[in-house]
Amino acid sequence: MHLLKLILRNALRHRLRTLLTVLGLLVAILSFGLLQTVVDAWYSGANNAAPDRLVTRSAVSLMVPLPVHYRDKIRALDGVRGVAKANWFAGVYQEPKNFFPQFAIDAVPYLAMYPEYRIAENQMRDFLRDRKGAVVGRKLADTYGFRIGDTVPLKGTVFSGNWDFVVRAIYEGATPRTDTSQFFFHWDYLNESVRARAPQRADQVGVFVVQVADISRAAEVSRAIDAQFANSAVETLTETEQAFQIGFVKQTEAIVIAIRIVSFVVIFIILAVMANTMAMTARERMAEYATLKALGFGPGFLGGLIYGESLAIAAAGALLGIALTFPVADWFAGRMGTLFPVFEVSGSTVQLQIACAAVVGIAAAVLPASRAARVRIVEGLRAA
Amino acid sequence: MPQAEPAVAIRHLVKSYRRGNQVVPVLSDITLDIAGGEFVALMGPSGSGKSTLLNLIAGIDCPDSGELRVCGTDIMTLDEAGLADWRARNVGFIFQFYNLMPVLTAFENVELPLLLTALPARERRERVGVALAMVGLADRMEHYPSELSGGQQQRVAIARAIITDPSILVADEPTGDLDRASAEDILGLMERMNRDLGKTIIMVTHDPHAAQRARLLKHLDKGVLID
Ligand SMILES: Nc1ncnc2c1ncn2[C@@H]1O[C@H](COP(=O)(O)OP(=O)(O)OP(=O)(O)O)[C@@H](O)[C@H]1O
Ligand SMILES: [Mg+2]
Repeated sequence: MHLLKLILRNALRHRLRTLLTVLGLLVAILSFGLLQTVVDAWYSGANNAAPDRLVTRSAVSLMVPLPVHYRDKIRALDGVRGVAKANWFAGVYQEPKNFFPQFAIDAVPYLAMYPEYRIAENQMRDFLRDRKGAVVGRKLADTYGFRIGDTVPLKGTVFSGNWDFVVRAIYEGATPRTDTSQFFFHWDYLNESVRARAPQRADQVGVFVVQVADISRAAEVSRAIDAQFANSAVETLTETEQAFQIGFVKQTEAIVIAIRIVSFVVIFIILAVMANTMAMTARERMAEYATLKALGFGPGFLGGLIYGESLAIAAAGALLGIALTFPVADWFAGRMGTLFPVFEVSGSTVQLQIACAAVVGIAAAVLPASRAARVRIVEGLRAA
Repeated sequence: MPQAEPAVAIRHLVKSYRRGNQVVPVLSDITLDIAGGEFVALMGPSGSGKSTLLNLIAGIDCPDSGELRVCGTDIMTLDEAGLADWRARNVGFIFQFYNLMPVLTAFENVELPLLLTALPARERRERVGVALAMVGLADRMEHYPSELSGGQQQRVAIARAIITDPSILVADEPTGDLDRASAEDILGLMERMNRDLGKTIIMVTHDPHAAQRARLLKHLDKGVLID
């Protein structure tokens, strides 16, 4: 009780100094949280992967397509519950900067494997009925104002020409972390159009998404698929959806590592600032610590005063920083549109923020507290 | 005639400081008894070792050799925690610059040493009230040190020094930072503590006026007692 009173009053002794330190902590904890959220967003595809989904692609490269007839062979393998074709479309909506992922899919089996994409029954029916129909995610629809019935023109890059799609359904995410920035349309529509324009490029599939019946047999099924096509014209590489997504992110790993490093550098800088502040504070109060010692107070009490003050300041900065992380992340997410499909502050980010603040609070007090604990009373009293 | 043990019994006490690899002798072979209830003024030129001797008696510094019994305890045998405990029970401190906690009120400053005891809050409150009334500051309890004059701050410090009812008060130039009137005031208060409460007081001072208020005068010169 008395210790707490002393800690708080001490913390408020140099209001400006404390305020500036808290402000610095706020900015550091906020920046740290935002940078961690960017890293999370980077991995959102991998984090959203389901353990029962596999992705089969060419063993050579993602750029090499697979023959469409592989589908039936995969379908026939033991342990396979469903197979769906998917092609990366890479169309441009108005301007190249308006990026969002577009896939040509086998609507029924594909969407059955992704129960986290929630589509109203009547919209689903309309989508299946319309050859040029499209399903768009909620975030994508909100970003560009797409509504049911709207025509969305895309300029092909991989598949040349101008393509028109009609929005027939909007899917909602099962959780806030579900990616709702995607655009799906019928693979058959793509294939027919390609056959008409460039017949030699028809009947080719980017990847097959495979659903296994039993998660524990996922590895076995992967091997069986790849064995099936060993020594054929196009050999396959099958991996879990998560491994596939991580492989995708790996290409940009250097950026992620840089962001991670920067986020911890920010914390380290504020630790240095805070340690300096606490050292200065403790030096100014050496005579008080010596007086307390003369009166009979032990190093534990002095440690409590110093650690307590450091932690109180760190806690204030962390609390404000964490509280601000949410609205700032929201604002950020809004500004970035569909660039990051999921931009959500995760529980583990908040835990990391708390841990960083605690480390800063404790580490900044180590030296001043041990100095106060060791100071000889007569020396400390001279400092008055 | 059997004699009561003196409050302070010093035999052949030696103290030196090390500055680098140079040894600076400060006190050489001090032998001195101070009876319980005595009011001693310790005088001497600057650098003669007055503060050092006082600090040794108060148990906030350690001698090199000799014997040092204070309040019946051989304090040279105590470790740091033991000494802290012993000080809290036996010694009241009065400093030249008062050394009050600036973030605590007069009341809270006086209460501080009681936090080391098991006394319940109600009893602490009563005791602090009595002590502050005794030094004439009953109406200043909620004031912070910065809202008090030097003389008033020193009175708070005296209240803090006696709050645990120690048998010895040590005062290092308690009036050194005060004007004549406030100094007289403080000295009067110390006399009362000595006379009415029976506290043994050891006071270091430069001021002959102040020294006159004591009942016994001791002179130090270059680390040696000369009477
Ligand atoms: N921590 C220390 N390290 C080195 N020398 C010290 C230390 N403390 C005191 N001294 C030396 O010991 C001697 C006595 O110091 P002390 O403070 O006891 O003198 P004093 O009689 O109280 O003087 P003053 O009247 O100026 O307060 C001085 O020469 C001083 O320089
Ligand atoms: Mg001195």
